[in-house]
Amino acid sequence: MRDVGQTLEEALSEIDSASTLERLDEVRVRYLGRKGRITDELKRVGRLSPEERPEAGRRVNAAKRSLGDALDRRREALRADLVGTRLEMGRIDVTLPGRGQRPGGLHPLTLTRERIEAFFEGIGFDVVEGPEIEDDYHNFEALNIPAHHPARAMQDTFYFEDGRLLRTHTSPVQIRVMKEREPPLRMIAPGRVYRSDALDDTHSPMFHQVEGLMVDEGVSMADLKGVLHDFLRNFFERDDLPVRFRPSYFPFTEPSAEVDIGSPEGGWLEVLGSGMVHPQVLENVGIDSERYTGFAFGMGIERLAMLRYGVDDLRLFFNNDLRFLEQFR
Amino acid sequence: MKFSERWLREWVDPPLSSTELAERLTGAGLEVDSMQPVAEDLSKVVVAEVVEVRPHPGADRLTLCRVDAATGEQLSVVCGAPNVHRGMRAALALPGARLPGGVKVRRSRIRGEESKGMLCSARELGLGAEEDRIIELSGDARVGRDLRDELALDDVSIDVELTPNRGDCLGLAGIAREVGALTGSAVRPPCCEPVPAQIEDAVIIRLDAPSDCSRYVGRVIRDIDARAESPLWLRERLRRSGIRSVSAVVDVTNYVMLELGQPMHAFDLDELAPPVRVRRAHGGESLTLLDGTDLELDDHALVIADGSGAVALAGVMGGSRSGVTQETRHILLESAWFHPRTIAVEARRRGLHSDASHRFERSVAADLQRRAMERATALLLQIVGGSAGPVVDEIREDHLPVPARIKLRESRIQRLLGMKVAPNDVAGILTRLGLHVEGASTGEWWVQVPPFRSDLAIEADLIEELARVLGYEQIPDRSPVSDLRMRPRPEAGLGVSVVRELLASRGYQEAVTFSFVNAALQRTMAPHASAIPLANPISSEMAVMRAQIWPGLTRAMLYNINRQRTRVRLFETGLVFHRTSNGVRQEAVVAGLATGPVNPEQWGEKARNCDFFDTKGDVEALLERCRVSGTVSFEAASMPALHPGRSARVLLDGAPVGSLGEVHPELSREWKHSAPVYLFELSLSSLSAGRQLLFEPLPKHLPVRRDLAVVVGESVSSDAIRGCVGQAGVDVLDNLELFDVYRGEGIDSGKKSLAIGLSFRHGSRSLVDEEVEEGIRVIVSALETYLGAVLRG
Repeated sequence: MRDVGQTLEEALSEIDSASTLERLDEVRVRYLGRKGRITDELKRVGRLSPEERPEAGRRVNAAKRSLGDALDRRREALRADLVGTRLEMGRIDVTLPGRGQRPGGLHPLTLTRERIEAFFEGIGFDVVEGPEIEDDYHNFEALNIPAHHPARAMQDTFYFEDGRLLRTHTSPVQIRVMKEREPPLRMIAPGRVYRSDALDDTHSPMFHQVEGLMVDEGVSMADLKGVLHDFLRNFFERDDLPVRFRPSYFPFTEPSAEVDIGSPEGGWLEVLGSGMVHPQVLENVGIDSERYTGFAFGMGIERLAMLRYGVDDLRLFFNNDLRFLEQFR
Repeated sequence: MKFSERWLREWVDPPLSSTELAERLTGAGLEVDSMQPVAEDLSKVVVAEVVEVRPHPGADRLTLCRVDAATGEQLSVVCGAPNVHRGMRAALALPGARLPGGVKVRRSRIRGEESKGMLCSARELGLGAEEDRIIELSGDARVGRDLRDELALDDVSIDVELTPNRGDCLGLAGIAREVGALTGSAVRPPCCEPVPAQIEDAVIIRLDAPSDCSRYVGRVIRDIDARAESPLWLRERLRRSGIRSVSAVVDVTNYVMLELGQPMHAFDLDELAPPVRVRRAHGGESLTLLDGTDLELDDHALVIADGSGAVALAGVMGGSRSGVTQETRHILLESAWFHPRTIAVEARRRGLHSDASHRFERSVAADLQRRAMERATALLLQIVGGSAGPVVDEIREDHLPVPARIKLRESRIQRLLGMKVAPNDVAGILTRLGLHVEGASTGEWWVQVPPFRSDLAIEADLIEELARVLGYEQIPDRSPVSDLRMRPRPEAGLGVSVVRELLASRGYQEAVTFSFVNAALQRTMAPHASAIPLANPISSEMAVMRAQIWPGLTRAMLYNINRQRTRVRLFETGLVFHRTSNGVRQEAVVAGLATGPVNPEQWGEKARNCDFFDTKGDVEALLERCRVSGTVSFEAASMPALHPGRSARVLLDGAPVGSLGEVHPELSREWKHSAPVYLFELSLSSLSAGRQLLFEPLPKHLPVRRDLAVVVGESVSSDAIRGCVGQAGVDVLDNLELFDVYRGEGIDSGKKSLAIGLSFRHGSRSLVDEEVEEGIRVIVSALETYLGAVLRG
């Protein structure tokens, strides 16, 4: 019995130096296998005298347990190393770009239009659209702009052979809505409008407007001012934005106002036209102008987009240069 | 309307700086567009008297002058102007003077003679175009006085951009009245006494078209000196108002127009054969205008005519035959009221625009003609001399506009403006504007509008006047109050924003292209569509309304390809236009274009150009995302813009709602771009009518799947297989998936092998194998019978 301790020590040392699970299993077989050295020791205990047997049995079994524990520990350690190695081998470069489709984006005019719509929908305005090929009645006559009115010269019109025209503003949608619905009315009408101007950095034969209309009992110019102030300050996200209402003239509003905002460089920038719906316009669509009053406004989407995003050339909106469009993703 | 601030201040002089005055005008709706100093940098230029003029000994064209500029000694100056003469007062730039354009005047020797300064022309002083004559100052100009003071050059030209309703402010008198109303300062018009007739000569005037011309004031002035020069003060006022000096007679008529707003005209009386008639032109009548334009007239035109025909296009421009020249000795002055519409129609139709037509179109006060005539007569007699005849004032009161008398209610003011205006302010403001106000005790007024404010016709007009004069900043801000009621929001109707978002998330960039396109391109892409041409396009590139969005998108693609982009994915939403039997159809569509690699260049994936099925996948995704209700199918179709074998029509319940395909190779041949280009277009209305969501109970049993491979002829479409399997009558068939198409080894040419996955399921119990086998047998048999399919081993 002199060498159980010796055998255990040799075994433990072999376990420590086993570098793989295979080596470790060879150590196990060498000591605990059917012909293993510890197994042999156990067999030898059986052959001892009854006096020696209990003590010897205890010592060999203790050694076997220690060896078993050491094997388990080493096995766990080797397994952990192995996982670690495998993981290390599976390492990838996570900084390489991802795969698949990339999102495109919306046009800055759409972004602007949707922002405008959201503000007005938030206070109960409907979004309405109308035809772009219009007739003289809706584009001019009903809006109090008879033939040969000097105001017609302000808007160079595209005509078709049959007398129809491309709408010069979104105001005809006002007429269509007022003819179809009863007050109270709250609506905005965004869309394309056309004037026969050559394309340059500030003019375009096609551009976009948003028309607004509110008709109810007791709507006043104070409401118009309140709504437009509110809108402009929210649109530009500047509570201290200077806003100026300036008397102007539109045949379909009375009183009429141009609205300017303070430019960061000083001075004023015209951003929209507005006014109280002309009583004759209300009468033209069968609304009692004594009972109802209303305000209307029209703003250029390009103008607002240019100011908001710092775009300095109107043509950029229509060239569809991806280098421009992709800036608005 | 452009005018000199100093001139305005002679009429009304409010205690405001130039900037404050401009702000006040803009704030009242007379938008000040610009304010320009009337003179540039100018110093050490003084009034000098020419004391002696003698020839320059060394040069024929030069003179040697001695001038007195109150400097203590007479100065010798060399001058090249032909009009220099002894005794004249001229503008002398002393040595050290600065002139416009950075010119510095020095003492110099000119051809051996000393010149201590320079006598200046209008051009050299920046006061006009004339450069070969020196400027002649008035005889009472004080010698030695700084020219800036003598000519009041510390002045600005104010340019007011008037809205078309304010014809009354197209004369200084109107601007002055406005400033008076805005500031409360007194307005002092220059005195203008009637000029009594000195001779009896008069011309008979006939108003043959009284609704076009209801008043015509004429006056003969005989024995004028048409060569007389307009005095400098008058020329300066014209210049500061942006009007060129022409001749004394024309300058005076222009001056009165600027001052009072009444356009006037002068005829050479010797060239007229009275009586003068104001009438519509006869067909075939012709007229040569002062500017040389030859007109063929018709009865739209109102003319001034004499015995031998038209002599002027009324209210627009005079004719050359009767124009005033240097030789003119007797004149007929005209001051008339023409109907705004008559003038507007003719001027617009002819593309003629003059200072006169600009005013007549915007309405001239119908009581101004006589006053203007007296003013012009007085000035002419002063400047060109002569003797005036009596004023002939032909008038048809029954055709003159009747200024409105308007009831104004206090309650209405408050309702429209959202603020109260004190009754005293109401009466005060309107009175200062020249309106006659009566009443007040009962909260309402009667307001009589004067002839010069024909734009004021209804109560709201008066309310605007009040708000305008008080300033819109006085009106409070208010948030509108309204009934809070929800609007219907159909869940099934997904808006266009969902379409845009989906396409953007699938890599498309939104474009905005013009609604009018090149006619030839549109015709090539859709020869059968009746694209609607514009009557007045601005270019051939924008000549017809688009019948599809494709022309615009392909142009946008080429723009980017020319800038080295190989991968372009664009979409646009908007209207397309078609002519129909009873007018036009304007249909909202979404269209897209894709070309080049499906995905952006990537390190771990082989680049692959997008093909028909990528684009079809996008179209299907759109239809699915919008939850279109109904059965979607694609059928092969032939469209001029697209490859006949690679294009399809999109059907919804059998009705066409769109199309897609590869651009026709003939069309893309000229593009410097080798990858195929795919286009699609879908009607937005088909996408907006979505299906309402509804829950279906989940199946209790899992499906059983069996895969088959069948060989069919090339012409058998996927849809035919699907249809055939569907109609085989196997009710436990739950789904069919086509998961492979194979051609090549083992398959005869002209054939293809299709791999089909079939899923079977019963609604309420598990299927037994025999049922599945029976189902497959039935399906295979149908495929064999109807499509000639052969089951592949």
